[in-house]
Amino acid sequence: MARVVVDVMLKPEILDPQGRAVQGALGRLGLTGVADVRQGKQFIITMDGDVAGERLEQLHALAAELLSNPVIENYVLRVEADA
Amino acid sequence: MSPRIGVVTFPGTLDDGDAARAVRFAGGEPVALWHGDADLKSVDAVILPGGFSYGDYLRCGAISRFAPVMTPVITAAGAGMPVLGICNGFQILCESHLLPGALTRNQSMHFICRDQRLRIENTSTAWTNGFAHGQEIVIPLKNGEGNFNADTATLDELEAEGRVIARYVDVNPNGSQRDIAGITNARGNVVGLMPHPEHAIEDLTGPSLDGLVFFSSVLNALVGA
Amino acid sequence: MADTVDNAIADPEATQPFAELGLKPDEYQRIRDILGRRPTSSELAMYSVMWSEHCSYKSSKVHLRQFGEKAPKTDALLVGIGENAGVVDIGDGWAVTFKVESHNHPSYVEPYQGAATGVGGIVRDIMSMGARPIAVMDPLRFGPLDAADTKRVLPGIVAGIGGYGNCLGLPNIGGEVVFDPSYAGNPLVNALCVGAMRHEDIHLASAKGVGNLVILYGARTGGDGIGGVSVLASETFSDGGPTKRPSVQVGDPFMEKLLIEATLDVLGAGLVEGIQDLGGAGISCATSELASNGDGGMHVWLDRVLLRDRSLSPEEILMSESQERMCAVVTPAKLEEFLAKCAKWDVEAVVIGEVNDSGRLTVDWHGERIVDVPPRSVAHDGPVYQRPLHRPSWQDALQADTPDDLLRPVDGEQLRATALNLIGAPNLASKAWITDQYDRYVQGNTILAQPEDAGMVRVDEQTGLGVAVSCDCNGRFAKLDPYTGAQLALAESYRNVSASGAIPLAVTNCLNFGSPEDPEVMWQFAEAVRGLADGCLELGIPVTGGNVSFYNQTGTTAILPTPVVGVLAVIDDVDRRTPISWGPDGELIYLLGDTRDEFAGSEWAHHVHGHLGGMPPRVDLARERLLSEIMIAGSRDGMLTAAHDISDGGLMITLSEMAMHSGIGARCWLPDDIDPFVQLFAESAGRAVVVVPRSEELRFTEMCAARGLPAHRIGVVDSELGADAGYPGQQVLQISDLFTVTIDELRAAHTATLPAILNA
Repeated sequence: MARVVVDVMLKPEILDPQGRAVQGALGRLGLTGVADVRQGKQFIITMDGDVAGERLEQLHALAAELLSNPVIENYVLRVEADA
Repeated sequence: MSPRIGVVTFPGTLDDGDAARAVRFAGGEPVALWHGDADLKSVDAVILPGGFSYGDYLRCGAISRFAPVMTPVITAAGAGMPVLGICNGFQILCESHLLPGALTRNQSMHFICRDQRLRIENTSTAWTNGFAHGQEIVIPLKNGEGNFNADTATLDELEAEGRVIARYVDVNPNGSQRDIAGITNARGNVVGLMPHPEHAIEDLTGPSLDGLVFFSSVLNALVGA
Repeated sequence: MADTVDNAIADPEATQPFAELGLKPDEYQRIRDILGRRPTSSELAMYSVMWSEHCSYKSSKVHLRQFGEKAPKTDALLVGIGENAGVVDIGDGWAVTFKVESHNHPSYVEPYQGAATGVGGIVRDIMSMGARPIAVMDPLRFGPLDAADTKRVLPGIVAGIGGYGNCLGLPNIGGEVVFDPSYAGNPLVNALCVGAMRHEDIHLASAKGVGNLVILYGARTGGDGIGGVSVLASETFSDGGPTKRPSVQVGDPFMEKLLIEATLDVLGAGLVEGIQDLGGAGISCATSELASNGDGGMHVWLDRVLLRDRSLSPEEILMSESQERMCAVVTPAKLEEFLAKCAKWDVEAVVIGEVNDSGRLTVDWHGERIVDVPPRSVAHDGPVYQRPLHRPSWQDALQADTPDDLLRPVDGEQLRATALNLIGAPNLASKAWITDQYDRYVQGNTILAQPEDAGMVRVDEQTGLGVAVSCDCNGRFAKLDPYTGAQLALAESYRNVSASGAIPLAVTNCLNFGSPEDPEVMWQFAEAVRGLADGCLELGIPVTGGNVSFYNQTGTTAILPTPVVGVLAVIDDVDRRTPISWGPDGELIYLLGDTRDEFAGSEWAHHVHGHLGGMPPRVDLARERLLSEIMIAGSRDGMLTAAHDISDGGLMITLSEMAMHSGIGARCWLPDDIDPFVQLFAESAGRAVVVVPRSEELRFTEMCAARGLPAHRIGVVDSELGADAGYPGQQVLQISDLFTVTIDELRAAHTATLPAILNA
């Protein structure tokens, strides 16, 4: 079994109103010195067997095509091999 | 024989019935198209209506874009078939890369339903040929993720090529860059529009009759073709 | 190891946590008597949930009986009280069903999900009658607008209603938003839904036909809201005490949308014998109600229920309030087609039971019997309480504390200032911050929506047949005198739909009160129900169903008694509806009805002086009936171009709203015989402002005179007034010899209030 973790974040130049709203809330709850907050998504995909070669390429393609919208988002994919 | 306009229903689509009504009012024949069938039933044009297809899960339109019906839609669009994406439909067109850019969360973070003033800036597309250039219209807008975003190069290209078909006037309800409410592809057959023309076709139920012109435009374009 | 029936027989003295589940000792004993043994833990769970206040109405039943006993005879009623929702005939083979329900406590705990699932629940109720939902409305009540907790709950509740309702494709056509200190800590979220169907599509929640199958379809069952119903809605929040945190229900509007389409598909294809939605008490409720309404028996294989969480015990499965689930009774011959239609919409469906003639509801868990009960005992024969009630000790003092001595504005300048002050008061200010978050256009049949008097939707696009709905309640009036207050709520709702040109047909209600264990609250409840029942009888429109929400209090402080009344009305042709905005210049503005010096419970007394005391405005239902008939006739026969009822804030607010909505000014004058302050701001009932074209004036005034309805010409629409009034180029509302105010000033005051607080 392998866990594939894909983190998707808005590109830095895209306005993130949700992140901004969270930043405001943190301030109101007493946390000082917050320079910025960005909000993203994480996908955890549990796969049978291990993930390498063609399968890994396929996952990358899907991360770029389905899990993220490359027009406005970046993704980072990592594989956590499991016992 | 009036032109046949396909209206696609995805799971969660809401304004398909209203789009079909608008086609009928304009004098066309609406044809229901099912997301799961890769079959356009020989229609002359396609509308991707508004709603919350797949609950807006993942991203608005991100899952619909891979529906079986989208394969022939993309092919037909490439061959010049008029395609109109309204609201969620616009989102699906962008996710499919039939149009550039992306629609993100409204800047205010709230869903907004309002009668929106627009200026029509391109009257050569299949869906806008019935307007006068610069004409101002009022049609309902209702969305939570209507904020049009693209990189500067893309935005400049859209402007330079006159591919912004409608712009928000008086109030920008969602923070869209350059006040963009609707755009078209280079060929002028694929149009994405955030506000809802199908809700402005009858005095009893809408703020104006301006919406009807989008639908009569495509009938014009098809008959003339 | 599930607690089986055999166990229960073998181990009769096992201690059971009935108190933790909300059952009183005598109720627990009654269950033992009914079964002739101790209940299994599953049976205990079922009874505890179904016999909770929220599900069984044990404190209210004895009073609610009056709605049936005093029901006026009417041919329009196709399905009365007792079913999920009432159904009314609106003509041409069309029927309409409507109901309002509460989701108060969950919305305080988790505003977004509480409100969202409230919408989901009422929509399923309407669907379970066989109708297509066509509109929603939401009466909301909060603590003071600027209170910290209001800022916590209001945005979440509004986002939840919008987030869920918009996703279903249902236009939100109206509602109310009221702010009052008594709702702080106890916001009220009432959700109304209207559905339409052809007569032959009406379905009831009964399981008939031995051998028919019981199908559970929709979302999978998980741990949502376990204990929510009995634990949450049947207890109050204690001040400062440890907060109860039961699992809150979480909604998935996309699943509900698929459920709507699948349900309409199977109903349309005639595949369903009986149908029930799963709301409070989930499977316990659906199965026991279906069984007790049907041939008398049902068997359920509980292990067939599709689960989201495999760790759930059978008791939890029975009590789960997972959203977006429905139950259908289907003949074996139609099963395959039913399942195919669900599959088309990606809706999971599984057969979990079978109808029989055993007279029992039996449930097996992996082959072992864990429930064996008479279904009526669970669903219908719950405890009935005669709660003690007595008139509050403070009632006389409250009624004696009239607003007569409050400082009143005396001259034109002061009256002008009062007008601008009131139009911006939280209860009277524009609610657009809220209502702009709702889709009012979807389905393309919305004729009137907020801020009109009533919401109106077209039902038949060929003929123009439509329905109008309004829901109203003034809790302050109800506190001053609950009997009168309930009748005033009914009168206002009745008046509102009539003002739009529609004929009132039926009533629903959402009765929001404090704790029924408090005899003073119970008295308020009993009086309100009596008032409403008497009022419905006099107006000739029956109550078709409704909802009771008790325990809306924190500690010993109850909310204002809030009997929300919804009236449904029909209009032959929506083209004839009367909106509130007035038309071109020269049209005449008429005041209908009598104005008296009545300020007790008024918005003026509340907002300007923080005062609540005295007797509420007089109710005259015969006058309301006459006013309604005149407005409807006027609308139908083209004598009126606009109409707006007079309620909160009085005549000045009515005129201001009409002016702002149309953007056109008017010159008005007040009759000499009444003090201007009274004329402008008193809240006497039985009044409306109508606008009459000159060509119709004679016909209209003759009709009013013939019928005995006072009608005074008080103004004329005039867009050119600005210059002469000292405001060149502007639209103004002029009250002759007193003051002039511009529409821009009114709008500025009206629209600033909510955003100033909520956007801060």
